[in-house]
Parts: sequence; C-alpha cells; structure tokens
Amino acid sequence: MDKNFLDDFPILRSKMNEHPLAYLDNGATTQKPQNVVRAICGYYGGCNANPHRGVYELSVRATKVYEDARRKVAKFLNAKSAREIIFTKNATESLNLIAYSYGLPNLKAGDEILITIAEHHSNLVPWQRVAQATGAKLNYIYLDADGNLSQADIDKKLSTRTKILAVTQTSNVLGLVNDVKGLAARAHEVGAVIVVDGAQSVPHIPVDVQALDADFLAFSGHKMLSPMGIGVLYGKRALLESMPPFLSGGDMIEYVEEQATTYAELPQKFEAGTQNVGGAAGLAAAIDYLRGVGFDEIERIERDLTTYAIGELKRLPYVELYGCDAANKIGIVTFNVKDVHPHDVATILDAEGVAIRAGHHCAQPLMKYLGQNATCRASFYFYNTRQDVERLIEAIQKVRGVMRLA
Amino acid sequence: MLEDIYTELIAEHSKARENRRALTNATIRERGHNPSCGDEITLELEVEGGVIKDAAFNGAGCAISQASTDMMIELLRGKTVAEARRLAELFIDMIHGDITDDAELEPLDEAAALKNISTMPARVKCATLAWHTLDKCLDGAAHA
Repeated sequence: MDKNFLDDFPILRSKMNEHPLAYLDNGATTQKPQNVVRAICGYYGGCNANPHRGVYELSVRATKVYEDARRKVAKFLNAKSAREIIFTKNATESLNLIAYSYGLPNLKAGDEILITIAEHHSNLVPWQRVAQATGAKLNYIYLDADGNLSQADIDKKLSTRTKILAVTQTSNVLGLVNDVKGLAARAHEVGAVIVVDGAQSVPHIPVDVQALDADFLAFSGHKMLSPMGIGVLYGKRALLESMPPFLSGGDMIEYVEEQATTYAELPQKFEAGTQNVGGAAGLAAAIDYLRGVGFDEIERIERDLTTYAIGELKRLPYVELYGCDAANKIGIVTFNVKDVHPHDVATILDAEGVAIRAGHHCAQPLMKYLGQNATCRASFYFYNTRQDVERLIEAIQKVRGVMRLA
Repeated sequence: MLEDIYTELIAEHSKARENRRALTNATIRERGHNPSCGDEITLELEVEGGVIKDAAFNGAGCAISQASTDMMIELLRGKTVAEARRLAELFIDMIHGDITDDAELEPLDEAAALKNISTMPARVKCATLAWHTLDKCLDGAAHA
C-alpha cells in the first residue's frame, strides 16, 4: 500500500542531506502525484488558450477544462450548483473576498465579528481590517484546557449583534476539528453567517457544505495535492449574488459604458482577468486521486500516524506537546523540545532528512495564548508512513545532544 | 555539517547571561524582530562622544540568533560608531557569503565563527537579526 503511494510521488524518494526525505510539513503544502503533474502538462501541452474569450476550437477546449474542474469541485463539496464555486488563488484570497465583498458592505458600528483564537492569520487579519473600516467589534472565542473551543465562551459571545462567525474547521497548529455543523446552526439562530476556513480540513476529511449548512467555505488546492495558485471559495448562491465584485476588470462584466458597468453572472462576477486554468486542471486531477484513495482510508492512515507519533513523543520526558489529549484531532502534532528553540530543532531534524515546520505557523495570537513564542509542527498526509514517524522520533532524540544539553 | 554550526562556542554564547540586562544609561534602544519565526531582541547602547561605552540586550530566539547577538555585544564595547557600522557591514557580507578571504574576517573576532551559516540559507536571518538591529541603532546615533 505504502509503496503504491511512493510510486505516485517520486519526490518522496529524494534524499535530503544524504538521508531519505521524511516529509512532515503537509500542513504547509502537500506533494503532487504524477496524475496531477500530467494534468497540468496536458492542459498546457494540448488545450491552452484563453477560456471564455475565443470562439475557436482551442479556446472552447480550454473553457471545457476550466468548467469541468468547477463542476468537479462542486460535486466534491456537494454544492447545489457549480455557480457557487469561485476559483481564487488560495484560501487567503477566498477569505479576503468574503471580508471585502460581504463584510465591508454589510457591517456597521455596533455589529460584531466573532472568530476563534486558533485562526490562521488569513482568517484573522482581514476581519481586523473589516472591523477597523466599519467600526464593528472583533471578538474571540478562546479554548478550553484540551484546546477545543470553549462552549461557555461561545454562549457568552455569540449574540444577535454577531453578524459574522468565522471559524477554522481544523486548526493548523493544534489539528483539532471543530464542530462546524453545530456552530453553523448556532450562528444561523442569531442571524449571523458562518465563514469556514477549510484549508486544513478539506484535504483530510469529507466536507459536505450542505450538510454543514456553511454559508462560505474557503480552501487552497496546494494543501491537497494540487499546484500552488489555485484555491476555492464556496458561497451560497443568494449570498454571492447579493455581493459586489471583489476584483474588477476583464471577464467579470456584462456591459461596460464610460461611467457604469453591469457585472457578469456568477461565478464570472468574482473571476476578473485570465484565470489559472492549468491550476484548475491540476485540482480536478487531485480530486480524482483523493477519491481513488478514499477519505475513509486517508482518515485511517492519518489517525494511525498521529496516535503513534503522540504516543512515542510522550515517552520523551524533554518533549512538551500542545493540544494532544483531544479525541477530535487529526494529522497535526505540535511540540517543543525543552530548552531548545524550534528553529534549532528543525535544523537538526533537517540534517537527518526530516522536514518539519518551526515558528508561529501564521497564528501569532494562538501562540501568545499558548504562552509560546514558537513551536515545532509535524503534519501528516496519507502518503506518510510509520517509518517517517520513527525517523522523526530518532532525530528528536539527537537534538539535546547536538545542543550540548545532554 | 551540524557540528560546524552548533559548536561549543555558539552553545556558550547562546546560554550566556552577562549581556542580557537593561542598561541604566542607555542612549539608544532598538527592537529587532524576525516576523517569520518570532525571534525578538531589544538592543541597548550607551553612546558617548561617538564611542559605544556599553551595550546589552534582552530577547528570545534560537541559539543562532541569541549567540550572534551575544558575540556582537562583546565586540561593540569601546568601538566608535563608525567602527561598529563597518563591523555590521562585514558580518552581514560574511553571512551572505560575499567574503572569501578569511583574513578579512579578523575584526569580527569570535563572531567569525558564524561564517558557516552562509551555507544555510534558512538560517541567515537568525544570524543577521542583531546586526541589522545594530544598523538601525547606529542610524539613531548618527542623528543624535
């Protein structure tokens, strides 16, 4: 089984610093299987033209590649219609689009935006800017001792003043999965919309936007086997139709006169300029690949690796773990080696061919809340193996020695 | 390769406490920060008549950033502002791999031990944080 995955990801057979690569930074970006690489090459090698513009056969082919990808994403998320799928650059752009085209025009002084302390900067800074521009207040849901969202805090802070609840489905630091369905119901009870950051969830668990009753959901292709530069915004059709465009220019118009413009229908209204068609082709191939593996299998593998890693790390007395006692956790293990800065840990692991992330993970408010300047993060995907975890543990055991602490 | 980076000297300087304090007569204070990793230092200088009489710092960060800061502090005491500026330039050039002749690095004294960082692009910012902060301090000194 493991061998089959490696055949599809030749990069995982590379050597780093004379050791085989153990790639454990999947929360940052994943590797790309050969079928995705082939889909991108196939598009540029055989179908490339500017979609939507030309009347000639090649442009029609390019348009088909792009719109087929949109339909595939709609089906993948169980959206009602492909018109509810907007292609963007990444989750960051998707979240900015919501902040600027939904948040700015709909919020006023006295309104509240509610987010969690575990948000990635991309689901935090845009809301700060909306709050500053509109006079709305930005509130935070904090965590309980396990690292889960505090129910008491949600009860206290979610009110009829709340217009937007923006929450990550899976924390990029702690790997904890939030009950988005429950939160959506709570948000709708008070008349708020829910914005879901799916960047760390969509690659790992099945996400059904209708079952969740999400108003908006954002994710990046590159964290789920696709090329960098293609992302998705899902939005309920009525909401998207009510919103002004985000970027404006070519391809998003109906009529342009000297002083006024009417805009194109969904989804083109939100897709100004030539789009990343090769990226969309890659994303479609990635969805095919994930379907082939199956989300049950993906979850099973990642759960096994996470549990195994946490168990082994707990045996090392000089390792501190964060958010590792919760049951609703997948794919991400965050830790520190006592008296060693995470960057030094990451350098020492790199010398053994083990790639992890060190730093604040674009979540500085969460780091401050955890009382850490920075942490180490190992994040798994289905192509990782127990052997990768063993290599991680062996490398961590060398850290204190290299730092002359042992 | 690791042994060339995490040497005994670097370990000592990263753990040293003597230069970690607040200066009572500081004339310049500057904060330095690596937003990508969270390393943070506050550098204080006491400059009188164009000469750095004393220097100290506080901060948190990786062994490389902390050792680099500590070595720099020791080098600065008694130097003129102009000399300090030349040292900062020399150190940053060394980390960027622009200096091939080791003899040129002599003025850096122990800080020359960080030369190997030039082969590790991911850690360049850690090594240069203090020295970029010093540069900002000296801009302040020139205007004082």
